[in-house]
Amino acid sequence: MTDVLSIAGKSYRSRLLIGTGKYKDFEETRAAIEMSGAEIVTVAIRRTNIGQNAGEPNLLDFISPDKYTILPNTAGCYTAEEAVRCCKLARELLDGHDLVKLEVLGDQKTLYPNIVHTLKAAEQLVKDGFKVMVYTNDDPIVAKQLEQMGCVAVMPLGSLIGSGLGILNPHNIRLILEEAKVPIIVDAGVGSASDAAIAMELGCAGVLLNSAVAHARNPVLMASAMKKAIEAGRESFLAGRMQKKAYASASSPMGGLVG
Amino acid sequence: MQLTLNGKPHTFEGGTIAELLDVLGLHGRLAVEVNQEIVPKSEHARFRLADGDVIEIVHAIGGG
Repeated sequence: MTDVLSIAGKSYRSRLLIGTGKYKDFEETRAAIEMSGAEIVTVAIRRTNIGQNAGEPNLLDFISPDKYTILPNTAGCYTAEEAVRCCKLARELLDGHDLVKLEVLGDQKTLYPNIVHTLKAAEQLVKDGFKVMVYTNDDPIVAKQLEQMGCVAVMPLGSLIGSGLGILNPHNIRLILEEAKVPIIVDAGVGSASDAAIAMELGCAGVLLNSAVAHARNPVLMASAMKKAIEAGRESFLAGRMQKKAYASASSPMGGLVG
Repeated sequence: MQLTLNGKPHTFEGGTIAELLDVLGLHGRLAVEVNQEIVPKSEHARFRLADGDVIEIVHAIGGG
């Protein structure tokens, strides 16, 4: 059975999407991402340093767009206008590549999405021909609206970005999943391998994470753990879990007991 | 001429975007905006900058 993640007409074997922030150096970034097996890798778009470090190594020399699907994000944008501008710069930077991760933030303390601006930016970006994977809250109504606008994936938070608190409202994620026709990817909040497995067991199409790997004591080992957890969670979902019961049910037959 | 480059004043002897990038030692994957309009890579060698232009040069960095 081929079980692939399909986003905007392209198929991926890995359901782990991984970020490139917060690593010690580019070498560690490369090693962790390679270990994770991820095929979609997020990057941020920022001003170059002028007058210093000319000729310094570039992230994309380590994470090659020939090998990975690069997913530029709009992290740090607080308005729809900033986010749209950022996506246009990213598209130019990546030679017309139009898959983007839209995130419009509300405030620095929570990095919670500003939904009004997220909706506005999504509408504009879809109109401009972008394929939009959108970071959002876990509101099923908003998730549906973003899908109906034409976003190619909807990515609700499990908990706050960088918090590692896990999937705090699995019920809402399930409500989103019940209605979704596009991939639902938990983006943000995953702290450990079990968190990632929970997201996948809920039926999510994938998990996007960064800090959980980059801030692990051993990022490369955690990347390996995440890869396995996401595969295990996916298989567990597909296999269909047993019903929970209030009382014991013996696994060994009662017949033929000695004595 | 005086430019605003990534938010800071910058003196440039004049010329094209490609020449500016060369002077700055910036190569590889970049995107350039002049006065909030993206100038495609294919036009960098032709696009002449003017005094007062506001330029943004961006690249990809680590992010989640």
